[in-house]
Amino acid sequence: MNRRSAGLLTVVAFGYALLYVPIVSVVIYSFNDSRLVTLWGGFSLRWYASLLANDELMDAALLSLRIAVVSATFATAFGAIVALALQRLSRLRGRVLLSGMIAAPLVMPEIITGLSLLFLFISMADLVGWPASRGAATITIAHITFSMAFVVVVVRSRLSAMDESLEEAAMDLGGRPVPVFFDITVPMLMPALISGWLLAFTLSLDDLVISSFVSGPGATTLPMYIFAKVRLGVTPDINAITTIIIVLVAVAVATAALVSSRRGQTG
Amino acid sequence: MSTKPAVETRPAERWLRRAAAVPYLWLLLFFLAPFLIILKISVAEPVIAQPPFTALLEWGESGLAGIRATFENYAFLFQDGYYGIIYLSSLKMAGIGTVLCLMLGYPMAYYIARQPPRRRNILLLAVILPFWISFLLRVYAWIGLLNNRGVINEVLIWLGVVDQPIQLLYNDFAVYLGIVYSYLPFMILPLYANLERHDRNLLDAAADLGARRNRAFLDVTLPLSMPGIIGGCLLVFIPAVGEFTIPALLGGADTLMIGRVLWDEFFVSRDWPVASAVSVVLLLLLIAPILWFQRIQAREQEAMR
Repeated sequence: MNRRSAGLLTVVAFGYALLYVPIVSVVIYSFNDSRLVTLWGGFSLRWYASLLANDELMDAALLSLRIAVVSATFATAFGAIVALALQRLSRLRGRVLLSGMIAAPLVMPEIITGLSLLFLFISMADLVGWPASRGAATITIAHITFSMAFVVVVVRSRLSAMDESLEEAAMDLGGRPVPVFFDITVPMLMPALISGWLLAFTLSLDDLVISSFVSGPGATTLPMYIFAKVRLGVTPDINAITTIIIVLVAVAVATAALVSSRRGQTG
Repeated sequence: MSTKPAVETRPAERWLRRAAAVPYLWLLLFFLAPFLIILKISVAEPVIAQPPFTALLEWGESGLAGIRATFENYAFLFQDGYYGIIYLSSLKMAGIGTVLCLMLGYPMAYYIARQPPRRRNILLLAVILPFWISFLLRVYAWIGLLNNRGVINEVLIWLGVVDQPIQLLYNDFAVYLGIVYSYLPFMILPLYANLERHDRNLLDAAADLGARRNRAFLDVTLPLSMPGIIGGCLLVFIPAVGEFTIPALLGGADTLMIGRVLWDEFFVSRDWPVASAVSVVLLLLLIAPILWFQRIQAREQEAMR
């Protein structure tokens, strides 16, 4: 190996270490018995047990999950329709505006999205009396709005590689649009819909900034709870939550990889 | 796939057109309208007297006093040096973070693009994987590594490199590290997408013509990867300018970034008019890089076809 590729390998190894060392260290310290987060006090599951006893945290986690499931579902449905419209309709009124509104959330600073949506909700409450108070509903609306953009990107890239002739054939054989859509287009789009949904779900579960702006006094999501705690430094039970989330993500990714590789073999 | 004008009138298209109205209206209401509200509050003095905005003005005093305060706050933003310094400091920190990210991301993307396809996919997956774990928690993980009694300081002391813990957390260094760490995948992916498409015959041709490998890299690979470099840098720079979580968790009291100032302006000092003016200026700063990014995006998509 010459010096050049040795140098390259070192940088690459450093990069991967940078990506994984923090995650691994959190997992290790989540099993640490010591309350002092950096001293090793022996193996223990006490922080996991303390999670279960923490009602505030459990409520926040459940709220986050509920919001994430609902918002990811709506975002996927809306995103798929927008992607189809942008990709398939050659004459679409307001296409420029629509694609602008879809592209903008991808690059809009979260802090501005949050602030502007809060102003909208306040104005709406004043004008039409809804939303009377902010909470799960307003957070869900905000999450649908920004994660829809990411779904559109995923679905469009699938659509551009997809063969339209099957749908055309079904139509030519007299299929009605709605059944053809659900029997042919949706199954063909399924991998993109699943990854779009997972992406929207993750983005929602992860969002701190926008939720903080559009939430009300009663609704604390998991990231909001975590942020309030870690702002003061490291806490061992947050290590335990992180580890649980890492395990869930690993299982989800492995499942997705298995499903897609099986699809790849049969399809 | 190109759309076929001949089948434009078929029922499927009509159905899709109708269905698309729902997300369209949704975006008009929940994306465009809020955006316009923020713009109006910060720039247009007379229209603010309309009913939709009175609620906002309750945070000031009565109607008109509130309006004037909003406008004055907006002008105040330009007169007061404090905000100018924060904007400049955010641009500087995001810029340095982006350059550091490129310096690490380019070699990684270059290396991945040169691997056999199977290993390439695994390496690429390993870059994307952390993205699926909560951003907040990944930033938090650094607190445990960087603090005075954290893993890195313990190791450094154990190795005898230092005998006192060094301050790694709550300063600008930690913010740069946070930016590089969090946005590395965003740098690597566009770079990889570009580098992977390069025709290796060009490098062979350069070698045949007597170019050394370094020369060939500088004259062939680097110029060809320019769209990837610009795309990756903008993808890191744009969100980094308005970043809140990283400076809030890893930065020190003297780390000035606009996202954090905006947050404090809103939640701590409760000065909503200034907060909206601050965000309009932030958006104006970002418009040029955003438009640039979209042009690059469009051109890259053309190139992929």
